[in-house]
Amino acid sequence: MAIASDNGAFVEFERVQKSYDGETLVVKDLNLSMPKGEFLTMLGPSGSGKTTCLMMLAGFETATHGDIRLDGQPINNIPPHKRGIGMVFQNYALFPHMTVAENLSFPLEVRKIGKSDREAKVKRALDMVQMGAFGGRRPAQLSGGQQQRIALARALVFEPELVLMDEPLGALDKQLRETLQFEITRLAHDLGITVVYVTHDQTEALTMSDRVAVFEAGRIQQLAPPDELYEAPSNSFVAQFIGENNTLEGVVTAVNGDICTVKLDSGDVIDAKPVNVSSVGERTKVSIRPERVEYNRERLSDDAHTLKAEVLEFIYMGDIFRTRLRVAGTDDFVVKTRNAPDQRRLKPGEQIEIGWLPEDCRALDA
Amino acid sequence: MTDANGTIVAADGRPLKASLNRALRREKMRAFLLILPLLAFVMLSFIAPIFDMLFRSVQDDITSRTLPQTVIALDDWDYEGTEIPSEAVYEALYYDMFFAAEAKKHTALGSRLNYETTGMSSLFRQTGRSLDDMGEDVIEAMEDASEALDDSAFWASIFLTQDSSAGSNAAAARAWASSIADMELRLPAGAYLSDAAAETLPNAARQYAAFAMFTHSVDEDVPAEEDPWESVWLALAEDLTAGDLSYDGVGAEELAAVQAAVTAPMADFTYTAAFLDQDEDWADREVIGTIKTFSSPYTAGYFLTAVDLELTPAGAQAVDEDVQIYITLFWRTLWMSMTITFSCILLGYPIAWLMANLPDRKANLIMILVLLPFWTSLLVRTSAWKVLLQQQGVINDTLVWIGLVGDGSRLALINNATGTIIAMTHILLPFMILPLYSVMKGIPPSYLRAAKSLGATDWTAFWRVYFPQSVPGIGAGCILVFILSIGYYITPEIVGGTKGVFISNRIAFHISSSLNWGLAAALGSILLVVVLGLYWAYDRIVGIDNVKLGG
Repeated sequence: MAIASDNGAFVEFERVQKSYDGETLVVKDLNLSMPKGEFLTMLGPSGSGKTTCLMMLAGFETATHGDIRLDGQPINNIPPHKRGIGMVFQNYALFPHMTVAENLSFPLEVRKIGKSDREAKVKRALDMVQMGAFGGRRPAQLSGGQQQRIALARALVFEPELVLMDEPLGALDKQLRETLQFEITRLAHDLGITVVYVTHDQTEALTMSDRVAVFEAGRIQQLAPPDELYEAPSNSFVAQFIGENNTLEGVVTAVNGDICTVKLDSGDVIDAKPVNVSSVGERTKVSIRPERVEYNRERLSDDAHTLKAEVLEFIYMGDIFRTRLRVAGTDDFVVKTRNAPDQRRLKPGEQIEIGWLPEDCRALDA
Repeated sequence: MTDANGTIVAADGRPLKASLNRALRREKMRAFLLILPLLAFVMLSFIAPIFDMLFRSVQDDITSRTLPQTVIALDDWDYEGTEIPSEAVYEALYYDMFFAAEAKKHTALGSRLNYETTGMSSLFRQTGRSLDDMGEDVIEAMEDASEALDDSAFWASIFLTQDSSAGSNAAAARAWASSIADMELRLPAGAYLSDAAAETLPNAARQYAAFAMFTHSVDEDVPAEEDPWESVWLALAEDLTAGDLSYDGVGAEELAAVQAAVTAPMADFTYTAAFLDQDEDWADREVIGTIKTFSSPYTAGYFLTAVDLELTPAGAQAVDEDVQIYITLFWRTLWMSMTITFSCILLGYPIAWLMANLPDRKANLIMILVLLPFWTSLLVRTSAWKVLLQQQGVINDTLVWIGLVGDGSRLALINNATGTIIAMTHILLPFMILPLYSVMKGIPPSYLRAAKSLGATDWTAFWRVYFPQSVPGIGAGCILVFILSIGYYITPEIVGGTKGVFISNRIAFHISSSLNWGLAAALGSILLVVVLGLYWAYDRIVGIDNVKLGG
């Protein structure tokens, strides 16, 4: 169809900026390129600019500066209805005065598709989301989950190559959300569509996406596949935002290739992997995932640095134990351990020693 | 749980419904007590007067009340025939009219009948003045025959007695007189109508009783000290000439003398002649026919008049074309109200849309501008339109200055339908904008976005998605504006001239100027029925559930 751009990207943001009031930038210098068929999630706290990016892509907001390209073509000046992008909204935005079938038929009607064709496509789309029996209902007669399925079917019925989803599951309860997460990813892969998905729920982002773009203050902080994002956050914001995380602050005292030594503010010394610290004397935040902390001394290597800790709280959560410790002056150091038959159950007040592998402990920006 | 009959019961074995009702009764009582003051206020000050007014549109007992005997006597008379009414009718008319004239009720009846046949008012007024002179010859002959008749006490001694065994002789007279006087009349305490007089001088006894009651109850004088009315004299003459005098009570001798003297003049006297001498119109079939037609206590006459028909003795007929007005006015009220409603939609919809889609600060500013006219007196606003719209007014001056119209052909924008439509559209516009705004405020912008993302152009998105959702607001606005305008009266009165007034102006005229409340009530009832009918039609077509005053 259209001439692909040099790098083969399907959706491309290049140096995009957006300001509403002419004083502050909501989106700062956004560069992003997505190949066809990718499921990309924009994740971030509210006000981080992720929804604005989505609206610019959909055409409801115009970029103040920069280019947005779809399949190699700049789309800045194309009105939304000519972009051919499917969209799913948080409040579903099903037209209340039309039946479900009429809702689905709407995008086909405005494309002047014949009646028999329309009916066939509507039926196929409804079957696709397992709502075949609901064509004659009004949206108000459906539950939230059913409405969202219909909204999804409506966004897909005209076979767009790109579908945008703006926190589509935000209003649903947990169980329904998980079912629909699975269904959406399945549909996206089956149909081979490209999806840009906006959410502030990190679990959703991790479980659904090929890649996740973490937004903060109008910038992408990290763009990476979920495992990399979780295991190798590139800065302390991402480390804090994705998953649970223990943070210790200190100063780098030695850098030695893949290992650096950090002297914590409490005076203790630990080993860490330098991620974005490079020189001795820099302040750093050290990040350790709770499940990578070990308190069984036998499982740690002999030369590992250990810290003294006092058990403050022990919570039994079924599959795991969650233990809160006082470590190096902080009260909210969390350790998660699997409920294995040989696992020790700690008691509050107990004095223990904790440690970890140096590569699990990442020295990030302060 | 269910009992043997299969009804669901509560734990204590009572039917569940009864238990629920008992549990809710206190709540309901409290809710009812909370609205009771308002309910009582509305019932007393609003609902009751409305029903009273509606009742007036069919109530028409003034004829049967004021001329009770005449109405009965007229039963035998046929309007279609050629005969004038019998002597009995004129006799009844004389006594009814005489008493009505004393009670000053005959002019009200004249005015009422004048709505139907012009000239009746003056006929009643003039005849009322000359009733005293009817049968002059007879009365003079009676005075000449006996000095005793000049003595008020003599009359009282014949007709009144203190004997309480004569209790109920006066009942018929009392009912008759009370009906005409429109109040309860009674004889002085301890006075009764004598048996002897009631049996042998029935006419005179009845008339004297009526006279005595009126003198006592209304004039608050002593009957024995007042000269009886001429009607009593004539009634006595009637009795004396009716046959052999069997009266043997007080004053029998004097009455025998009078009887001898009065026979000759009574032979020459007829009530018919007395009335016709007074005014030839009393033989007019229209005049008598009108009295007969409106003799029922309930009438369809007001409703017929309200639709340009009239109730004639020959049945309902269309009035002359040059006096037909009400149907025209009803139609004008309807089509102008529709035009005003439509103009309000055209002008109000974009404003409401703008308000719903602007940031709150700017929307509030526009809201203030919309509400500003509300805070100005209606009279001031309407008068301002007079200044703007008149031939030498601001708008015409501007148009002439621009050169759009010639100085000689200035537009007639006021004192006609155009003026009413312009001014009322302006005045009622907020009633359209406010419900529209609140409904539009409740339509999330994501619907329009969704429609566009699905490929709809701006227009399609608006027309297929936004507009249908704003229809409840249009519905609410239409009902408000239409119903308000259909009953509007001040603005058409001021800027409407003759071609731009509504039916309500006519109702106001009949309430405050012509005092024909029955007709006003009939017009109001028709208007009420029309509005309810339109409301019903609206419910059937649009559905009243689709009306929203708020998001």
